[in-house]
Amino acid sequence: MKAPFFNKAGELITEIDAFLDLVDETSLIFQKGVRLFLNGEEEKFDSNLKRISVVENKADDYQKSIKYKLVKYMLIPDSRGDVLDLLESTDNVVDNCKKVLVHFSIEQPYIPDFLKNDFLELTTQSVQSVDCLVKGIRSYFNNLALVNDYIHKVHYYEHEADELEELLARKVFTAGSIKDLCLKTHLRYFISRIALISDLAESVSEKMAVAAIKRSI
Amino acid sequence: MLFYISSGLFLGWSLGANDAANLFGTAVGARMVKFSTAAIVASLFVIIGAVVSGSGASETLNELGEITTMAGAFIVALAAAFTVFWMTKLGLPVSTSQAIVGGIIGWNIFAGLQTNPQVVTKIVGTWVLCPLLSAFFSIIYYMVVIRIIGNSKIHLLKLDSYTRFGLIIAGAFGAYSLGANNIANVMGVFTQLSPFQMFNAGGLFTLNSTQQLFLWGGIAIAAGIFTYSKKVMMTVGKSIFKISPVGALIAILSSSTVLFLFASVSLKTWLVAHNLPSFPLVPVSSSQALVGAVLGLGLAKGGRNINFKNVGNIALGWVITPVTAALFSYIALFFMQNVFLQTVVG
Repeated sequence: MKAPFFNKAGELITEIDAFLDLVDETSLIFQKGVRLFLNGEEEKFDSNLKRISVVENKADDYQKSIKYKLVKYMLIPDSRGDVLDLLESTDNVVDNCKKVLVHFSIEQPYIPDFLKNDFLELTTQSVQSVDCLVKGIRSYFNNLALVNDYIHKVHYYEHEADELEELLARKVFTAGSIKDLCLKTHLRYFISRIALISDLAESVSEKMAVAAIKRSI
Repeated sequence: MLFYISSGLFLGWSLGANDAANLFGTAVGARMVKFSTAAIVASLFVIIGAVVSGSGASETLNELGEITTMAGAFIVALAAAFTVFWMTKLGLPVSTSQAIVGGIIGWNIFAGLQTNPQVVTKIVGTWVLCPLLSAFFSIIYYMVVIRIIGNSKIHLLKLDSYTRFGLIIAGAFGAYSLGANNIANVMGVFTQLSPFQMFNAGGLFTLNSTQQLFLWGGIAIAAGIFTYSKKVMMTVGKSIFKISPVGALIAILSSSTVLFLFASVSLKTWLVAHNLPSFPLVPVSSSQALVGAVLGLGLAKGGRNINFKNVGNIALGWVITPVTAALFSYIALFFMQNVFLQTVVG
């Protein structure tokens, strides 16, 4: 019979892994959702939106459970604060992915054809930053030596997203085919919200960098 | 008889109350181990260590000064206990081991007996060696642990579980070593006067006179652990250990190893039999061993943020504690002989 503290640790390891899987899944569903919207596949988009809500709720539940158990069982006393902060911040990234899709659904922005590829590319860069963030957090738990590599990649994809954000915004405001200011503003809002996901991922990666340094013997 | 050994039992109680924090302070303070678990493990292993391995360090104290009357032994233990109490009140560094040595020397002076300078040199040399050796072991253990953790890629939560388990094991080893090494402080002065007869537990095991004395001393230490050490663990443990739980595990293991080296008769016998250098069996300070271990850990991590004031405090203790205890011992012996008309020198 294993000692109680081994059982509790095993339980939490499973929940943390499940939470990170859900974060990954959310970003992929988000990416698919944007593509479906841009392709005008309404039914599939709606189904995708329901799916991201379900996954985001599950991630919230896991995050709350992990937080409760870490505090209740008083595990990892010297790293607990950092881990809770990381998981909470990562949950914000998930929340934002869902929010953007919800706004797409509610506001139905008109995205001209010549901007669709750039929108898709911006989404891809944001999702890549989340992907590297998740890998970085897994490394924080399992293999500290790899954390900096993933942090570096998150910075790279965030930087790419920033450049695309600016490029897209300039195209929107210089395009002769988009005449209304409200339309330009509306498009800029969605560009910013998609790029924000990579900004949030970068902010979490910075917290992770500090947490990794603190995790020395 | 109980009255005369009461000073030793009080010394044992204060040892349990204070020194258990060195073993389980971090674990209990950080709520990685429950106090009840720590108290039971520490008490059990301190008693076992005292009974099984307490004789070695005790013999060295007898070489320093063989107290010939119960009243004399009572006063020497009381003087040591009072020195520890008074210096603790003043916030000065104090070691029970150093106090009892001072007390015995005070009895030698009062009795007009020569104190063997070679024995004194051996004892003082061990006090100096103790924190240094502890620092050395700390560096070695740190390098091993770093390599194990780095290569095995253990999950943070699994590492936490292993650390908790390790802290209990290290604490048990530390308690055993504390009992083996420091029971001499508590009951060493009474060993030549022990009134107990050989005890046979129905053929299962036997306890000689000295072992029974050490059993009483061990029980007094355990009483100190249960009744007073929680408060000390929660405060002192937290303040000393501003290091990670794994770091604390390394520090406790290192200091326990040193205490064991300076107490184990069987280890010394084995080393001598194999023509290897052995260690003198001398009671040493568990707190100073721990300070040495923490300093060693700091050095292993690059030498930053080392509190060298602790080193100065240790060195100060080597001088102040035995001198104060010798003075108290001499004065108290005078009163015991001339005011209470008890025979303190046989």
